[in-house]
Amino acid sequence: MDFEPSDEQRLLLESVSRLLADNYSFAQRKTYLARPEGFSSEMWGKFAELGLLGLPFAEQYGGFGGGAQEIMLVMQAFGRVLVLEPFLSTIVLCGTAIKVAGSEAQKITLLPAIAEGGRKLAFAHSERQARYDLTDVVTTAKQNGSGWLLDGSKTVVSHGETADQLIVSARTAGERYDEDGITLFLVDAAAPGVARRGYATRDETRAADISLSNAHGEVLGEVGKGLAIIEKIVEAGIAATAAETIGAMEAMNEMTLEYSKTRVQFGQPIGSYQVVQHRLSDMFMAQEQGRSMAMLATMSVDNPDDAERRHDFALAKVGVGQAGRYVSQSAVQMHGGIGMTEEYAVGHYFRRCMVIERLFGDPAYYLQRLANEIG
Amino acid sequence: MDLRFTPEEIAFRQEVRAFIRDNLPADIHAKMKLGHGPSKEDTVRWQRILNAKAWAGLSWPKQWGGPGWTAIQKMIFLEENQMAPAPELSSFNITMIGPVLLQFGTEEQKQRFLPRAANLDDWWCQGFSEPGAGSDLASLKTAAKLDGDHYVVNGQKIWTSTAHHADWCFLLVRTNPNARKRQEGISFLLVDMKTPGITVRPIISIDGSHHLNEVFFDDVKVPVSLRVHEENKGWDVAKFLLGNERTGIARLGKSRERVDASIDMARKVNMNGQPLIADPAFRQRVAQLQVDMKALEITQYRVVSAYDKAGGGRPDPLSSVLKVKGTELLQATTELAVDVAGPMATPIWAAELAAMNEPDDMLEASSASVGSYLFLRAASIYGGTNEIQKNILTKAVLGL
Repeated sequence: MDFEPSDEQRLLLESVSRLLADNYSFAQRKTYLARPEGFSSEMWGKFAELGLLGLPFAEQYGGFGGGAQEIMLVMQAFGRVLVLEPFLSTIVLCGTAIKVAGSEAQKITLLPAIAEGGRKLAFAHSERQARYDLTDVVTTAKQNGSGWLLDGSKTVVSHGETADQLIVSARTAGERYDEDGITLFLVDAAAPGVARRGYATRDETRAADISLSNAHGEVLGEVGKGLAIIEKIVEAGIAATAAETIGAMEAMNEMTLEYSKTRVQFGQPIGSYQVVQHRLSDMFMAQEQGRSMAMLATMSVDNPDDAERRHDFALAKVGVGQAGRYVSQSAVQMHGGIGMTEEYAVGHYFRRCMVIERLFGDPAYYLQRLANEIG
Repeated sequence: MDLRFTPEEIAFRQEVRAFIRDNLPADIHAKMKLGHGPSKEDTVRWQRILNAKAWAGLSWPKQWGGPGWTAIQKMIFLEENQMAPAPELSSFNITMIGPVLLQFGTEEQKQRFLPRAANLDDWWCQGFSEPGAGSDLASLKTAAKLDGDHYVVNGQKIWTSTAHHADWCFLLVRTNPNARKRQEGISFLLVDMKTPGITVRPIISIDGSHHLNEVFFDDVKVPVSLRVHEENKGWDVAKFLLGNERTGIARLGKSRERVDASIDMARKVNMNGQPLIADPAFRQRVAQLQVDMKALEITQYRVVSAYDKAGGGRPDPLSSVLKVKGTELLQATTELAVDVAGPMATPIWAAELAAMNEPDDMLEASSASVGSYLFLRAASIYGGTNEIQKNILTKAVLGL
C-alpha cells in the first residue's frame, strides 16, 4: 500500500489547482452559472488545453492514459470549487462507456473529439419509475433494417440539455427488471425524435428530461448485455463523485474553521469555545474517514473480482455519503445565519453534496444491499 | 499511489494466519472464542510462543528481538491476532516501555529490560494517572526527591491496569515542584514492584473483573540509574509513549471478531419465530458497522503508511482519529454482541452456575459478551479520553 501520489500525479494536481485558482473563484463561478448552458465553454476549452478531457483515454485516441487515481485527483480539485462543467457526464460516465464497450471505430470517432473539447456527451439511463434500480428500464429499442429505433423517456439526465450525443439505455429484449436484454445506444441529441426539456437541479447544474420517439440509435457494446457496462459506468461515477465530495468537504471544513476564527461572540472568536472545537474535530474526522472511503472506491474501479468490487463500492458509497451529509449539515450549523444565505458559499456545497448523495444510489440503498449480503 | 496490498503483504497475512492457527494453544483459543478474556498465564504463554518466533517485538528493531516489520505488516499482524482471537501482546511491554527504552533508554537499561519485556518475563504496568490527574495528566503530584544515588517516591497512582500482575512499573513523578511550567518538573522512573513501600489495592470494575488498581508509594527507593531520559524531561517521554499508544489503539481486529461472533450467534437465536440473522434491522446494523470498519481500516493504513514513509518520527495527529473512531467501533461492536445475546446476557454464568447446566456454548458466549461490553466502556476513557483526542485534533490539525 502506498497512499502518496506519484510525481506526475502531483504535477497534474498542481496544474489543475492553479487553473482553478485563477479561474474559479466563487464570484467567477457565478458568472459561469449565468450563461444559458449553466457553465463556461471557455473553461471547457481550458480543460481540453490542459489535457483533462483526454485524461483517462489511451494515447492513440488523443488521451493521456490516466486511470481512476488521476480522475480522483481532478474530481477532488473540482469539488473544492464546485466546478460546473460536464466533466463527470462526458469524461467519466460516457468516457467509461466508450472505453469499456466501444468498437474501434467508435473509439476513433468519439474519444479524440471528446479530448479536444469538441464533443460533449450525457448518460441517459435513469427513468422516472426506476429510483436506483439499474435494471428498471422500460425504454425500448426495435431493430429497423440495419438500425435501431428507440422509444421511451429518461429523467434527470445530467447535462443532457447541452450534450451533442447521448448514451441511452433501452430494452432490446425481456421485461422490466430483467438483467439481460438491456442495450446501450449512441443517440445524436439533435436527431429527429429526440426531445429535451432542460431544468436546473438543486446544485445549480443543469439536467434534462429526454423523450425518444422513433429516435435512431447506434449500438454501443453487445446487444442485450448493457447491464455490465452500465455497472462499470456507475462505478466510475461513484468513485469520481466520492472524490468530488472529499473536495467539497475540505472546502466546507476550511471555510468553517476560518469562520470560527473570525466570528466573535461574547467577546471571543467562537473557535475558542470547546463545543465548537469538538464539532470541528468531528467534521475533520468525518472528512478523513470519507477520504478513506473515496480511496476505496478509486482502488475498486479496476478490481476484477465482481463480488468484492460490488461490496466495496457499496461500502464506499455509504461511507462517503454519510460523511458528506454530516459535514454539510455541520458546516451550515457552525456558520449560523450566514450559512443559510444564498449569497454565501457554504450552502452551495451543501446542495452539491446532497445531489451527489443521490446520484447512482443513496446510502440507504447501498446499506440495504450490504444488509442483503449478510448471512 | 497503489492502494492495494502488495503480493508480499497478502502472503504475509496468510503466513500470520497460518502460524496463529497452528500454534495458538487450543484451550486459549476455545475460551476466547466464547468471548472470555485471557488470563495472565494465557497472555504469557502466547507472547512467549510469539517471541520464540521473534514476532513479539512488533515495531522493535531486529537487534532487540523485533521482527523488522513495516508498520503495515505490524497492523496486519495485530488484526490477525485479534481476529483469531488470540491474547493480545502486553501493550505495556511492547508498545509502551519497549519503544520508550529504545528511544530514550541507556544501553544498560535496554540490555536489562528489553529481552525480558519481549518474553514477558517482566510484566509491566503504567503508573501515570492519579486521583487528581486524569485527562489533566501534567497536574500529577506523586513526588520523587533525590537522596544520594536514589529517589524517594511518595504518592498515589490510580487506574493502574494489571498492577497486581506486574513485576515492574514505569512511573511519572514530580521531581521539580517549582518548575516554571508543570510539564517541566516531571521525570520518568522504572520501579520494581517488589520494592518496600509499594501497596497495590484492587479496584473492581463494572464488569466484575479485577483489572484496575490503586498503587500507593510510601518512601519507595528508586535508584537514579532507573530514571529514563533526563531529570525533569519525563513529559517528553510520556508524550512519545502516548503517541505510540494511539496508533495501535484502534484494535480493528477485535471489532471484526466481535461482529463475526455476533453474526454467528444471530444464526442460533430466534426473533419472532425466525433466526435473528434474518431480521432486517439487525442486518442493517451489521452493514453500518461494516462501513465504519472499512473506513477505519483504510484510515489506519494511511496513518501507518505515512509513518513508514517518514521513517518513524513523531506520530501523526491523525492517530487521534484512530483512537476516537476505533474505540467508538469497539464499543458499538461489543454492544451489538450484547443485544444479540438478549435476555441471556443478564445471568452471570459463574463456574457454579455453569456446573449445574449442560455445557452450553451459546449461554456462555451470551454471558461473556457482557464482560467485554462493560469492560470496553473504558476504551473511550483510557489512553487519553476521546474528548482529549478532540482537543488534540483541535490544536494539532485545526490550529485553534
